[in-house]
Amino acid sequence: MSIRKLLGKNDTAQCHRLHEPDQALHIEDLTVAYEGKPVLWDIDINIPPGVMAAIIGPNGAGKSTLIKAVLGLVRPTAGHICIHGHPPAESLRRIAYVPQRSAVDWDFPTTVLDVVMMGRYAHLGWFRWPGRRERRHAMEALESVGMAELSHRQISQLSGGQQQRVFLARAMVQDADVYFLDEPMAGVDATTEKTVVRLLQELRDAGKTVIVVHHDLQTVRDYFDWLVILNVRVVAQGRVPEVYTGENLRRAYGGRIALIDSGTGEDSSGAVAREASR
Amino acid sequence: MIASFFLQPVAMILLTGALVAAAGALVGTFLVLQRNSMLSDAISHSIVFGIVVVWLLTHAQSGPVQILGAALTGVLTVFLTELVAGTRRVKRDAAIGLVFPALFAAGVLLLNLYARDVHIDTHTVLLGEIGFVWLDTMMLGSLELPQAVVWMSVVTLANLIYVLMFYKELKLATFDPQLAAALGFAPTALFYVLLALTSTTAVAAFDAVGAVLFIAFVIVPPATAYLLTDRLSLMLVYSVLIGVASSLSGYPVAVMFDVSVGGTMAAMTGVFFLLAFLLGPRHGLLGREWQRRRGE
Amino acid sequence: MLELLGNFTVQTVVIGAVFLGIASGLLGCFAVLRQQSLMGDTLAHAALPGVCIGFLIAGSRHLGWIMAGALGTAVVAALFVQMVTRHSRIKTDAGLGIALSVSFALGVVLLTYIQGQSNASQGGLDSFLFGQAAATQREDLWFMGGVTLVALVLVMLCWKQFKLVTFDPLFAGSIGLPVVVLESVLTSMIALAVVVGLQMVGVVLMTAMVIAPAVAARQWVKQLHHMVILAVVFGIISGVIGVLISASVRHLATGPVVVLVISAIVAVSILLSPGRGVLWSWIHRQRERRTIGQRQMLTTMYKLAAHHDDPYYPVERSMLDSFYGVRTDAILKRLHNQGHVAPASHMPTEGIHWTLTDTGYSEAVRILQSIGAEPSP
Repeated sequence: MSIRKLLGKNDTAQCHRLHEPDQALHIEDLTVAYEGKPVLWDIDINIPPGVMAAIIGPNGAGKSTLIKAVLGLVRPTAGHICIHGHPPAESLRRIAYVPQRSAVDWDFPTTVLDVVMMGRYAHLGWFRWPGRRERRHAMEALESVGMAELSHRQISQLSGGQQQRVFLARAMVQDADVYFLDEPMAGVDATTEKTVVRLLQELRDAGKTVIVVHHDLQTVRDYFDWLVILNVRVVAQGRVPEVYTGENLRRAYGGRIALIDSGTGEDSSGAVAREASR
Repeated sequence: MIASFFLQPVAMILLTGALVAAAGALVGTFLVLQRNSMLSDAISHSIVFGIVVVWLLTHAQSGPVQILGAALTGVLTVFLTELVAGTRRVKRDAAIGLVFPALFAAGVLLLNLYARDVHIDTHTVLLGEIGFVWLDTMMLGSLELPQAVVWMSVVTLANLIYVLMFYKELKLATFDPQLAAALGFAPTALFYVLLALTSTTAVAAFDAVGAVLFIAFVIVPPATAYLLTDRLSLMLVYSVLIGVASSLSGYPVAVMFDVSVGGTMAAMTGVFFLLAFLLGPRHGLLGREWQRRRGE
Repeated sequence: MLELLGNFTVQTVVIGAVFLGIASGLLGCFAVLRQQSLMGDTLAHAALPGVCIGFLIAGSRHLGWIMAGALGTAVVAALFVQMVTRHSRIKTDAGLGIALSVSFALGVVLLTYIQGQSNASQGGLDSFLFGQAAATQREDLWFMGGVTLVALVLVMLCWKQFKLVTFDPLFAGSIGLPVVVLESVLTSMIALAVVVGLQMVGVVLMTAMVIAPAVAARQWVKQLHHMVILAVVFGIISGVIGVLISASVRHLATGPVVVLVISAIVAVSILLSPGRGVLWSWIHRQRERRTIGQRQMLTTMYKLAAHHDDPYYPVERSMLDSFYGVRTDAILKRLHNQGHVAPASHMPTEGIHWTLTDTGYSEAVRILQSIGAEPSP
């Protein structure tokens, strides 16, 4: 067994060096299977730099798995993944990741500031401890998400929205080029949702690429400019106005979707979609 | 002829071992499926506390009072665990690991202080001595029977009756406790009765295999059966058979090497598990590999 | 009890207890936070066959060999649990139970095998079941201290990584940490705590020493490094008190005493710790409920007064009782003490009546304004 395998890195998802360097995320022929069942099947995705992209799809479509495969957290059965033309394992510092809030135990004994400083660990390397510079970085990020006063609070005392902002602040101190967020708007209050969207759009405007697993079909057109519709295979991808169509959504969600005409006389791409059954 | 059968040491040792295995497997199947295996570990440790307290109060080393006391201690253990976990200051697994060592430690200390000269010393507590079960006998009608055999038969029968009578309810409560509650099947009550039966089985098995070895008979045969079948009814049958086979095959091995009989019987359950884990046709390593090859 | 400390044997035992406290408090924190508390239980029981193997190799009760053997079988048990749960449908609880019971059974078999061979020095082995601090030798301390030091150095070197993997393994993986390796190391390190406690607490009760100091410490702190330090302190306190008690009373096994001391610390911590303690939050809730009751009472009386166009409208207590469905005299009495209401004589034949005072009236207005139920003046 090679060291890379032992450390959980994948051998199969090797990127041909400088393959498609113009794309922020380039995925080719990616297949991921659990226990013999395919979760993602033969996927090709291209996301250009500087966009804010949503990945949508029904439950079990493989949205989270896709992100985990890119980050090397699950091992693909086949395929290549490149971040700005490099294999993810070589460009980890260019990637920031916000897991689902439910992925961690919020009763863990640590403070808000401490969690945000974890975003600097990759830059610190193995044995250096976080110091004043990391602290300053973290405080700046907390200020931008509106959580500076709570920096010394124990994380178990945070509301869902505040937890999400802490996670976002941690991603921001990672100072990356590509941001992956797994359902950052799930179960948060309206203020937090606005803050999150504003900050993500600021990141995009600064030239970063933001890739979000999203669950709320109604807000796709308002928040995002790039869209990947997923259901084990890629149903459609591209700019939101071209891809966000009733036809594509129906293909991904099947009968589980109710299309309500927005009534403004637009074509089918103007339809507002609502997931009817959950 | 029957009377002489019950006075043969070897026959009695094997019979006791088989009864412990059968009784343990019946309750263990549900505990394993409910992902509560470690509660049997907690119960079997903390009943030591119950046994010592009952002994100090009544000087009964076995019999109905001891069995009742054990059932209460077992239920108390689980109740305290849920209470500690219910404060939400401690996770459930840590709560289990806090409650039973405290009760067990109290039991051992009471033994150290007040009961040093009786036969329930700390050694028996852990190891039991199935080799001597035929020495303690009692009269049942005109038949002279080993005490352990009598009490183990009673609890095995009780477990069997419970499982058969409430088979449908237990199945639902294990698979989907919320639905069971909605349908009025009182899954919590079923759960506590199951734990009370586990405790009574533990105390009856206590003389034979001791506190810790009993856990092997509750968890390992059902887990082995779980690797071999997907049906609850078959899982019950398989786990009883595997448990009994472990007991019966353990005895000659123990005699051959002149080591603890109870220990060897319990260790044999591990051998059966390993076989199923490696060679099981559907869920074993080899079976999976074969399926994977065929699938490609 | 203090003069005991001058005694050479007692000194040895106390130093051993300090090592025990450090190792179990330090490593227990990670085990508890990773929800691997019962792994401690399994590894402790799985140390028994290792104790016997170590004895068989050394041919005598040599703590170094015995600890090495225990470490070996405990790590094997940990790997067994990991493999079985990963490669079959067996769930973690059953995996832990299988490893615990089968390895302990093997230990019992080996123990009786050793006892079957007439070896003069086998008597000491039983003491590893429940611990016998008094049997600790000076040279044993080298092994216990050595293992404790290894644990300390490992945790200090990899503090950042251990903390991140414990809190958020997904994120840890995303920044390139070797999560699987770090998790295996953390799990195996529980075995280090177990072997340090063999002599003091014994295999059966070591589980409590892994879990309890960490759980007690968690109640008082909000940072991981504080938790670790406090857990170590609790571990040392219970270890030292435990060995001193068991050394001064004959025939008392050390393990149970230590475990009862640390259990008491846990109980006190869960009940009384400020902010998080069960008692503390109960009092807090009661106080909150009382304030809400008082505010409701004031606004009810205000509305009645407004309805009757009389700011001093006297309300009969029994009416308030039936309105709230509970007896209200406690609430009224407290409001009276605060000067918000006053008893009013209405008709002497009828029950007690209450009326708002001027401060009570303005307080009621303030409350209603704060929830937007009354327009601001």
